[in-house]
Amino acid sequence: MTATPRPNSYRTGPDERGHFGIYGGRYVAETLMPLVLDLERAWREARADPAFWAEYRALLADYAGRPSPLYPAERLTAELGGARIYLKREDLNHTGSHKINNCLGQILLARRMGKRRVIAETGAGQHGVATATVAARFGMECVIYMGERDMARQRPNVFRMRLLGAQVRPVRTGARTLKDAMNEALRDWVTNVRDTFYLIGSVAGPHPYPAMVRDLQCVIGEETREQILAREGRLPDVLVACVGGGSNAMGLFHPFLDEPEVRLVAVEAAGEGLETGRHAAALTGGAPGVLHGSRSYLLQDEDGQVREPHSISAGLDYPGIGPEHAWLRDLGRIQVVTATDREALRAFEVLGRTEGILPALESAHALAHVLDLAPRLPREALVVVNLSGRGDKDLDTVARVTGVEP
Amino acid sequence: MSDRIRRRFAALRAEGRAGLVTFLVAGDPDMATFGRLLAGLPEAGADLLEVGMPFSDPMADGPTIEEGYGRALAAGTRLADVLAAVADFRRRDTSTPLVLMGYYNPIHRYGPERFAADARVAGVDGLIVVDLPPEEDAELRVPAEAAGLHLVRLLTPTTRGGRLARVLEGASGFLYYVSITGITGSRAPDLGEVETALAEIRRHTDLPLAVGFGIREPAQAAALARIADGVVVGSALVRTVAEHLDGRGRPRAGLEAAVLGRVRALAAAIREVRRG
Repeated sequence: MTATPRPNSYRTGPDERGHFGIYGGRYVAETLMPLVLDLERAWREARADPAFWAEYRALLADYAGRPSPLYPAERLTAELGGARIYLKREDLNHTGSHKINNCLGQILLARRMGKRRVIAETGAGQHGVATATVAARFGMECVIYMGERDMARQRPNVFRMRLLGAQVRPVRTGARTLKDAMNEALRDWVTNVRDTFYLIGSVAGPHPYPAMVRDLQCVIGEETREQILAREGRLPDVLVACVGGGSNAMGLFHPFLDEPEVRLVAVEAAGEGLETGRHAAALTGGAPGVLHGSRSYLLQDEDGQVREPHSISAGLDYPGIGPEHAWLRDLGRIQVVTATDREALRAFEVLGRTEGILPALESAHALAHVLDLAPRLPREALVVVNLSGRGDKDLDTVARVTGVEP
Repeated sequence: MSDRIRRRFAALRAEGRAGLVTFLVAGDPDMATFGRLLAGLPEAGADLLEVGMPFSDPMADGPTIEEGYGRALAAGTRLADVLAAVADFRRRDTSTPLVLMGYYNPIHRYGPERFAADARVAGVDGLIVVDLPPEEDAELRVPAEAAGLHLVRLLTPTTRGGRLARVLEGASGFLYYVSITGITGSRAPDLGEVETALAEIRRHTDLPLAVGFGIREPAQAAALARIADGVVVGSALVRTVAEHLDGRGRPRAGLEAAVLGRVRALAAAIREVRRG
């Protein structure tokens, strides 16, 4: 599938115990440990099986609608007056986001392992919808855990999941958002160990999830590479993606990690502003810690209690970040910046007005950085933004905060 | 190495009975009340004490213990306060073994080496860290052992075959058998399954075996006391704390009597069971 990494590559991780430097690992209860080891074994076998990839590729093409276009955003480029901007249109995938890439791969693995029931956590509902979709497609029972607060702010996705036959279970602990949904999904998994496959939606959780989800999202970066070479005859200068857990960013970045001339920029959610403490920027405002199965940067207080994150975007409203991002950040291979709720809303409006595309509020964070960056770059510079999802699910939120009547 | 755990289980064996292991959350509902509960536990019949270190995201616990952690955190409980409460307990009780139980992140943040050293000085005998499986526990086990603390391993119904040897290798103090696949305070264990599992584990180790998760009633505790060296009761005690709070979460009169009364009933049931 992916090209053989070079020596001294950034692409060889994790090690056999699932560590990226000091990050990653398998910090789970003993009840889950044998399951995690089984999953690792099953994934290793599937990953080496050409038949697995052939079926995955066929589903990506015929069911998800890949490849997704790499779209030259000419009006946006003209308005900003700098670098040429391309949008990787993951919003055009079936289910409306990049999440389907990962879900198709994991559901094939679940079937290989003889599992009949899948569970997942969801924040914005994009991963929940994609999981409910593949569960329907493969005839499996599906339970989605979603924070009650997220259910209220992403109502259309709750309805979609239910229409697809999934049971959506509201989570009422903590701040009732993504972190709490993941706690509850882990509790389900620890209880239903024999028949249940936990379909984690990001490059987070215990090994092998961060590496597996990355491998299943790398199609984003691989296509981008072919598409930009075909169109421009060279690699891009800058890749920009939002990070919550970090799966769309890792999928775009990973095939470019060993191209030192390609700058990789991860945009974290600064919420109401970093200085307010009400944000979700784990790499910028967190410290190394252990949560949900791996060591990575984590928003926490000085006593190691996890802090409640804040973001207008339910998909970025998470106190952690995938361990490979933490490792690449420490190595200096990825640059980490932030965008506030307000900046994301502005980007949401600008893209709708200039290109006729309403982005997910998650992806709007990546765009917000581009609004700032592109005018400062020369016209020949090439910037690719991962438009990881579409904004239909966010219309209620945008209407409420902007005061515009739907 | 701390010797209280070994001595206590040896004494229980000599008495021909299993021990009662109680779990309470440090700082629940406040540190003063918790301190009095802790001090009263040995006299009420607890043989080994587990003290929960509050954590914001207790993934292996059910709602009862999660709410207990929530109350302790809301009352401002810090990890250093937990150690101070243990030190206070130790000034009056030098023989009852005490282990801290919780999740890794607060320890990670405190610093595993400093934590192990401070815990030993406070009078802690062992640590149980739910989200630190053998594959990852060297970063705490090495400093814990250097400080003289046991890092107690967990075994579960999913720990089978070759994995059992993996978990037993380097195990210390006693073993905590999680009786169900699930979270604390959920369904009751199946006695036959637990008995089969314990028999299998005993073929590979001489360490004492405590059994926990889902044990509420004296009769249940007595049934497990026939097959285990220790019977852990947690959620049922934490629920008793919760049932004796006023509308603002403050302890009502009778909280301590109710919790310790429950411990007495459990201890009496366990003490009636003679083991060969």
